[in-house]
Amino acid sequence: MSNYEYTDIEKTGLGKKAAGPVGWLDERLGLAGVAKKNLRKVFPEHWSFMLGEIALWSFVVLLLSGVVLTLWFQPSMGEIEYTGSYAPLRGVEMSQAYASTLHISFDIRGGLLMRQIHHWAAALFIAAMIIHMLRVFFTGAYRKPREINWLIGIGLLSMGLVEGFAGYSLPDDLLSGTGLRFVDGLIRSIPIVGSYIEFFIFGGEFPGDVIIPRLYMAHILLIPALLLGLIAAHMLLLVYHKHTQWPGPGRTEKNVVGYPMLPVYAAKAGGFFFIVFGFTALMGALVQINPVWTYGPYNPSEVTAGSQPDWYMGFVEGAVRIMPNWESTFFNYTWSWNVFVPAVLLMGVLFTVLGAWPFVERAITGDKREHHLLERPRNAPVRTAFGVAGMTMYGVFWIAGGNDIIATQFGMSINAITWVCRFAWLLLPIAAFIITKRICIALQRADTERILHGYETGIIERSPDGGFSERHAPLPESAQYTLTTHDRLPVLEAPAETDVNGVAAPHGRAAKLKARARAFYFDGAVDKPTVEDVEHANEHHGEYDGHPAELGEDFLGVSESGIPKSH
Amino acid sequence: MSNEIEHNAAGAVTEPIADPGLPEHQYRPTDVDPAQERRTERQISFMFGLASLLAVAFCVAYFAIDDNQTFLGWSALNFALGASLGGALLLIGVATVQWAKKLMGDHEIIEMRHPAASSEEDRYAVMKDINAGIEESGFGRRPLIRNSLLGAMGALALPAVVMLRDLGPLPYGHANTVWAKGMRVVNDVSGLPIKPADVEVGQLVNAEPAILFDVDEEGEKVLHGADALAAKAKAAVIMVRMRPEDITPSKGRENWGVDGILCFSKICTHVGCPISLWEQQTHHLLCPCHQSTFDLADNGKVIFGPAHRPLPQLPLGVDSEGYLIAMSDFPEIVAPSYPELARDQKKLGDSA
Repeated sequence: MSNYEYTDIEKTGLGKKAAGPVGWLDERLGLAGVAKKNLRKVFPEHWSFMLGEIALWSFVVLLLSGVVLTLWFQPSMGEIEYTGSYAPLRGVEMSQAYASTLHISFDIRGGLLMRQIHHWAAALFIAAMIIHMLRVFFTGAYRKPREINWLIGIGLLSMGLVEGFAGYSLPDDLLSGTGLRFVDGLIRSIPIVGSYIEFFIFGGEFPGDVIIPRLYMAHILLIPALLLGLIAAHMLLLVYHKHTQWPGPGRTEKNVVGYPMLPVYAAKAGGFFFIVFGFTALMGALVQINPVWTYGPYNPSEVTAGSQPDWYMGFVEGAVRIMPNWESTFFNYTWSWNVFVPAVLLMGVLFTVLGAWPFVERAITGDKREHHLLERPRNAPVRTAFGVAGMTMYGVFWIAGGNDIIATQFGMSINAITWVCRFAWLLLPIAAFIITKRICIALQRADTERILHGYETGIIERSPDGGFSERHAPLPESAQYTLTTHDRLPVLEAPAETDVNGVAAPHGRAAKLKARARAFYFDGAVDKPTVEDVEHANEHHGEYDGHPAELGEDFLGVSESGIPKSH
Repeated sequence: MSNEIEHNAAGAVTEPIADPGLPEHQYRPTDVDPAQERRTERQISFMFGLASLLAVAFCVAYFAIDDNQTFLGWSALNFALGASLGGALLLIGVATVQWAKKLMGDHEIIEMRHPAASSEEDRYAVMKDINAGIEESGFGRRPLIRNSLLGAMGALALPAVVMLRDLGPLPYGHANTVWAKGMRVVNDVSGLPIKPADVEVGQLVNAEPAILFDVDEEGEKVLHGADALAAKAKAAVIMVRMRPEDITPSKGRENWGVDGILCFSKICTHVGCPISLWEQQTHHLLCPCHQSTFDLADNGKVIFGPAHRPLPQLPLGVDSEGYLIAMSDFPEIVAPSYPELARDQKKLGDSA
């Protein structure tokens, strides 16, 4: 494609000097075959494709800063008296884990920076994963053949949450101990086997003396190893499937258009690693995070008002806060719905729904094709509405998780906020679903309008009989094409109620249900214009005979200030 | 699925606008203007140069700045190290991206996609190979070997599970705390015993059982480390004094207080946070974690929030020296609910 003239490889310094080493390596590893395919692999360009990269690079920052922290951190709950340089806590009895965290913060130069980089990178890691997931969801990038990669992503997110929780429990300060106490209550609420799981995890009654070492193992070995493996699989599948791309002129389901890995993406992605690392380093330098020394060592009889988990656990916290106090006793067991439902069950439901979505959608639409072109959210109104409803529910839970802060900051009644959230978590998502779907459909109509009637030029014309009208001009062909690349809506057919012999169809009920789901999924969506529509519209444009001035090829309408826009 | 196939086959005809193909290549200023190109080159190498300087600045700061120097109210060392390191990293990143965007070749390349699936022949060959493996091994023909192998692999799961048994003891002792008849209620910080006269109306005292401060003959604490924390996690209490006429004790609890002084578990029955937010006027106690609210004048009843069980009350008395003591362990189970709670509570009731 490129019309670039390269220097003959034999004449370059690389050809002369590297041929030997390259040969040596290739004779042993035979990597040239793989490298040939991948060094100049094409990646399409769009800002939203960078979100996953943020997650990837913040994970690398976590590995690097985490390794530095392990050099001094002591994962022990053994009790010692603090003798370090932070005066307010000198002489206080505390666990070695907490004392060594103070040691890193106050006596190791750059230790505090590494702690803060690590914590900021963790917050960024989860945030980037969630936003990346939303991007993939709203553009339909999880569709065939990428469903397995979607599941791997769900695995990464769920393990990221556990990893983050394990990490902020390690310093054994008052706040992290309160978090552990919460998890202890949560584990106990698991029906029938709760107490057993609690005693096995904590090595006896809460808090015991093994939970920090065990979490440490999970935090620095078990979960990172799983995360690394899953990330490797995620990337390999990305390379194998080739990245999705936005549709546009010359960009089809059959190709991928963009820049080569070497040098452009190697430089951009490599440079981006330094940007992410630099960003977290600056955050660590400028914005304090988790100042554990102000909380003091863990003491099960103390808690600070306004205790909050890290932001990504906020939705569970909120759900727990607004859950009614239901608890029941039957079969001689106590069932703590008030904790089990909003904490354990909610997370289970969330990840199950996320994991099942691509398969549910596929079953509803019956679409078995491969998809490499992204869909604009408006062109899948029900999917988009479903996603926004989910985000709304997450948001209500998250707000409920801060109900005490909201109450104190705005002088509101905490009981009122809680009661509002008790209904809002269900009602607001329903409203969000309806509103989002209507917005999507309106945007689809606007697209059709722009294809068939062109865009508003800002030129007002007066007709001979005195009427005013605004001149429309057709969109450039490439823009028109881009707006019409999505799939045409399928024809919905009612399932046959009887088979050829007039006997009731055997799978009648399932087929009917499926037909209803399909009708719901495509209900209201606007189909793109047909060939006839466009032809008709073109004739209409042609009929126009006012022509006060030639618009010229560069003309793109008039801005609000009256200045003609051009390239 | 028939409509999809039709749709695909007829796809070319039904598209209203034909694909105009990739747009013409747009040249960047740096492609056409050598002066721009040189300027960008200088900018990028300036950023790399500055990054090197900042890396050196990091080292200087590491040795030159004292641990306890402050800058704008917080660690000057942290600020200097973070700003220099972050600045160096950011500059390297920005310069590299700038290089890629402004100077590296920007001709778009088209690569063709292939279906994710392998060819039918490959799939067929793989199935044949697997079948060959099954037949040659006799996996299908020798059920005795196969089943005993599967059994052995299954049996290996047993050691793996059994190994986990020593993760912790079986659940015990949820029902009891270290409180016992005659144990003094002491201040949670000083460990000093408390007389009824020390507690004013409206006041809340954070207290603990005396055993947490007891020492043996050698001056060592009787309970320390994890044992002390575990004991404290269940036995911490709060004592409040209300006007006796405000209190509405339920049947059997009339004499659990001393002159309007009542003692309740400090551990929330929801998920176990220590409860400490006391509203004097209303006699409400609010848990800061999930806002469960308990009415201490009404036997610790839950009046709001996700907690289900009332706050357990500790019967109080006064010993011969006039100090407040517990008259028994908690008659109800403290701390968060667990599956065997109902059973344990019944046992507690029977033994009382």
